[in-house]
Amino acid sequence: MEVSRNWRLQEQRYKLVGETCDSCGVKLFPPRDVCLECEAPAYELFTFTGLGEVFSYTTIYDAPAGFENTAPYTVALVKLAEGPLVTAQLTDIDQEDVHIGMPVEMVTRKLRADGPEGMIVYGYKFRPSVETAVA
Amino acid sequence: MNVSIIGIGQTEVKELWDTSIRHLAWYAIEAALDDAHTTDIDAIYVGNMLAGALSKQNHLGALVADFAGLRGIEAVTVEAADASGGAALRQAVLAVKSGLVKTALAVGVEKMTDATGAPVTAAVASALDADYEAAHGLTMAGAAALLMRRYMHEYGLDVADFAGFSVNAHANGADNPLAMFRNRLKAERFTGGPLVADPVTLFDAAPMGDGAAAVIVTSHERAMDMVPVPVQIAGSAIATDTLALHDRKDVVWLRAAEQSAKRALEKAGVSPDGVDLFELHDSFTIMAALSLEAAGFAERGRGWELAKNGAIGRNGRIPISTFGGLKARGNPLGATGVYQVVEAARQLRGEAGDCQVDGAKVALTQNLGGMGGTAVTHVLKVE
Ligand SMILES: [Zn+2]
Repeated sequence: MEVSRNWRLQEQRYKLVGETCDSCGVKLFPPRDVCLECEAPAYELFTFTGLGEVFSYTTIYDAPAGFENTAPYTVALVKLAEGPLVTAQLTDIDQEDVHIGMPVEMVTRKLRADGPEGMIVYGYKFRPSVETAVA
Repeated sequence: MNVSIIGIGQTEVKELWDTSIRHLAWYAIEAALDDAHTTDIDAIYVGNMLAGALSKQNHLGALVADFAGLRGIEAVTVEAADASGGAALRQAVLAVKSGLVKTALAVGVEKMTDATGAPVTAAVASALDADYEAAHGLTMAGAAALLMRRYMHEYGLDVADFAGFSVNAHANGADNPLAMFRNRLKAERFTGGPLVADPVTLFDAAPMGDGAAAVIVTSHERAMDMVPVPVQIAGSAIATDTLALHDRKDVVWLRAAEQSAKRALEKAGVSPDGVDLFELHDSFTIMAALSLEAAGFAERGRGWELAKNGAIGRNGRIPISTFGGLKARGNPLGATGVYQVVEAARQLRGEAGDCQVDGAKVALTQNLGGMGGTAVTHVLKVE
């Protein structure tokens, strides 16, 4: 059921909790229990800083069910400072201003709402880093 | 044991509002049975991606076998997103090779138009990681766009550099009466297409349509007695990669496509130089470029060049999408991999009509699931 499914992901969605591999030290997000690099067990939790930079991005016009009312929106591959890539929407920026290499930071925002009466799902998005915005 | 094709069949690809999923599958099967002059089938492997989501119909193995008048035989569905068709054929090949199944039929079928709009886009996105990609609004076209943008960034390219793939596909589709799009596309129009997921446009993304295709395989020895030109399946391989792009260390490289192509070519004893045509998975132009690289037809980062210098045309060094490919023949997701093999077999039999690649003896087909999380490669040849 969708409620339990979203509840199950709350540590990842709200805090970017991933894992670290005891054997090779690589940081994993999303958590996957078996290390992506060395295939050793990786159950040690690790909380990411939420800092990173844009690795690639797209603005989606043909939206799937649940996202029709927010289209067009921009989804990026963000390279986290600790190593892994994460797929997330960009927020607080015009799509024309996005570029590869742009520093970003994680914020918690509404991911989707299933109609006026339905469940609202929150989770991570990324916005331009505050330091960059000031500079 | 060597395995050969004794029958092929396909429907046209389009919005077939008056045709149900069971009828689609049957029309392709009926054509393949007619082609093979037999109804003696021992097992059916159905390739399908979305019947459960769009038609509220699972359990296609039994449904299709029953509807085809083949009640009682072994029949199951094989699912690997838009690589389902290729994966179903792979199971048919394995079944015959095992010696336990004498004659096997692979049918790919997809009924896209039992639903429309955003629910279809969401269903197609189920090929991605539901928790970590689709939950953030990513779509299949969006994932291709992320890949294309990064590729363009790394190699200093523009969208226009990919035009040749769609121009070639439409030129070939124009000669295929079964193709979804038979209009030619002018290169200069390519960059002006309506945006689906920037930089991917409607002129870049393959259109999804209803369709079904079927292939019947048996041992090469039996095939030689049954049909005038048995098409041998000389190599067959499936490989997998991470489902999500964000889990790939090397984002702009299709590792599963490389691995499955290497294994299939090695099994067939064929090098890329010995391939006369390549039916690749041009769901998006970036996938065509990356497939050409992964299969060994271009160096890393240079697959796009083949679309610029005419190499992929019917008379070029490595013709691709010879009946229009996914881009112009249309992309009936779970059926696409079987269409590729049907088309390659027509080429090798010399029955490709206006789409014929002269003197073709060896063909490669490659069917990708999602962003290449699954890659199915087959090598076909005739003596
Ligand atoms: Zn490790």
